[in-house]
Amino acid sequence: MKGWMRAACAVSFLAAGLASVAHAQDSSPIKVGHYASMTGKEATFGQSTDQGIRLALKEINAAGGLNGRPIEVITYDTKGESKEAGTAVTRLVTSDKVVAVLGEVASSLSLAGGAVCQQYGVPMVSPSSTNPRVTQGRSMVSRVCFIDPFQGFVVAKFVRENLKLDRAAVLYDQGQAYSKGLRDEFKKHFTAMGGTIVADEAFTGGDQDFSAQLANIRSKSPQAIFVPGYYTDAGNVALQARRLGISKDIPLLGGDGWDSEQLGKIGGDAIEGSYYSNHYAPDQEGALVRAFVEKYKAEFGQTPDGLAALGYDAMQVLFDSMKRAKSLDGKDLAAAIAQTAGYKGVTGAITIDKNRDASKPAVMVQMRRNEAGDLGPAYVATIEP
Amino acid sequence: MFESILQTLVDALAVGSLYALIALGYTMVYGILKFINFAHSDVFVIGAWTSLSVVAFLAGWAWPEGNPVPWWAGVVALPCAMLACAMTGFVIERLAYKPLRGAPRLNVLITAIGVSLFLQNLGQLEFLFGTKPQRMPGLLPDVHVAKIGGIPGDLTRPPVNIHLVDVVGALTAVVLMIALDFLVFRTKFGRAMRAVSFSPSNASLMGINVDRVISYTFVMGAVLAAAAGFLFGQKYPGLNQPAAAIWVLLGLKAFVAAVVGGIGNIRGAMLGGILIGLLEFFSARYVSSGLKDLFVFALLIVVLLVRPGGILGSSATEKV
Repeated sequence: MKGWMRAACAVSFLAAGLASVAHAQDSSPIKVGHYASMTGKEATFGQSTDQGIRLALKEINAAGGLNGRPIEVITYDTKGESKEAGTAVTRLVTSDKVVAVLGEVASSLSLAGGAVCQQYGVPMVSPSSTNPRVTQGRSMVSRVCFIDPFQGFVVAKFVRENLKLDRAAVLYDQGQAYSKGLRDEFKKHFTAMGGTIVADEAFTGGDQDFSAQLANIRSKSPQAIFVPGYYTDAGNVALQARRLGISKDIPLLGGDGWDSEQLGKIGGDAIEGSYYSNHYAPDQEGALVRAFVEKYKAEFGQTPDGLAALGYDAMQVLFDSMKRAKSLDGKDLAAAIAQTAGYKGVTGAITIDKNRDASKPAVMVQMRRNEAGDLGPAYVATIEP
Repeated sequence: MFESILQTLVDALAVGSLYALIALGYTMVYGILKFINFAHSDVFVIGAWTSLSVVAFLAGWAWPEGNPVPWWAGVVALPCAMLACAMTGFVIERLAYKPLRGAPRLNVLITAIGVSLFLQNLGQLEFLFGTKPQRMPGLLPDVHVAKIGGIPGDLTRPPVNIHLVDVVGALTAVVLMIALDFLVFRTKFGRAMRAVSFSPSNASLMGINVDRVISYTFVMGAVLAAAAGFLFGQKYPGLNQPAAAIWVLLGLKAFVAAVVGGIGNIRGAMLGGILIGLLEFFSARYVSSGLKDLFVFALLIVVLLVRPGGILGSSATEKV
């Protein structure tokens, strides 16, 4: 019996050896990892991104993959927690041996995942983490989205130049680096452009009641209220602002954290007419966008949000870099990603700059009702960097 | 200034009464078993989400056209939420805590944390409540019961608005608290509860079924949490998904309310809830919105230092 097992082992080792010899004509899949909040508070973020990646993947593999080798994406859930992100990426890199990693949406999680990628020398492309620190000092980490300072600038410019308003109030989540980053940049640029910040109020992630902050804001009679944060909070802030008698003529403004179909469902009438900056708008001009929206709708039965578009672009940019790279080794692939210039993605022309951040335009969208009476984002303006 | 203070007072009382309802569940279980039921805030979440599910179901079934849901949907939803929470409370106690009746208190405490995590993740399953935040349909018309003071046209001096939803919420909370107070201090069962709280072994010798009293205590705490969840959903219609950090923080504040009032003391929990509400709103309005939680937890520290038993609690030092 023992001898028989030994023989079986020998045969299987031999087979494995032969397989590695046959590497040149390999048709085994190339593994790419994705870590995302598939469950948890920011679940819609991870799910949208993953769907975007899957759509890109389907197209890539239908077209033959990379020299006949299909791409395989392995997704692990982070539950929206930093420590889970570290674990997920370590697992992807060490046990699944992926050639590159995609993720995360939340910057704090990308920071945790990026540290692991840097340590093992595996390239990481973040689809939508906008905090500047994500790529700083990490040669392996890049992204296909713009960064927070730019979003704060975009909203400030939009309020000053498109809406032509002078007095703005800010209500931000002091426990979120993302929210605070946008608030700092908005304040800086808005003041520099000649506007006045009349009130600067904070809340802590987990607060459900904003009436004290909104009462303070109301007493300063602002013309617009900037609420950088995530969609659940934004929806609740809108509801309470209107209930408190802050008129609908005073729009709320936000960043890409507002981007979710739940925003309209939670905010309802209260959020109608408000604006946020985003990476793309589904009703924007352009053949690329239209084709993407149609394919996505056919595949998943819903309109893609910005995160889905960025997930799609992240996968496409990575694949484009794989084609250009000398080899799929970490260093070569990272170099190829960094050389991406003018790649025409759904979210605009993507050029990776020297900080491995993407330089590209942003769009402003407004929450409006369509013919069916459903609230959704409608394209208003494009703001160039 | 007058309007602003009065408005803050109204808001604080509305939220404080919700804290009080949740705090009662913590305090009753502590009073009897001398341990903190960390899963209580999750029972509250189940109450809020069950109400939302029932109301949404009624809305989709009877008014698919998107007409406003009538108020009596709440009359159906609230008992459903109470039933769901009562069952959860009962099952938790039977399966998780009862087998540990003789075990060291630390074991029970750790089990409670485990139960809390279990319920959070259970709630996220797609066939239960899912991972997306949802909007609770409003059951009451969005009207003001009263408008006091204010100068018309002057945005810096708006009138004091008292919303119907706040009045109904606070009244429901007060009625439930009076009912509970009556039950505990005026009925035979209440006497049994107090006896078990005083000394389980002696109560048992007097012929009181201790296990049954403990079960009922959990059920009562859960029913109050369900009511709090329902009222919370009406006041803040954008419900965060079941595992969101906000629920933990809310539970924590209610727990602080129970400790500040005197843990184990029912009237203390009511007082504590209102106090926390007042402190939170006045500090946010007049000091700094960013520092309000600091005030809440600083109050906890001060109370623990000056009067460890809580404001209405017994001042006798507990032997550990």
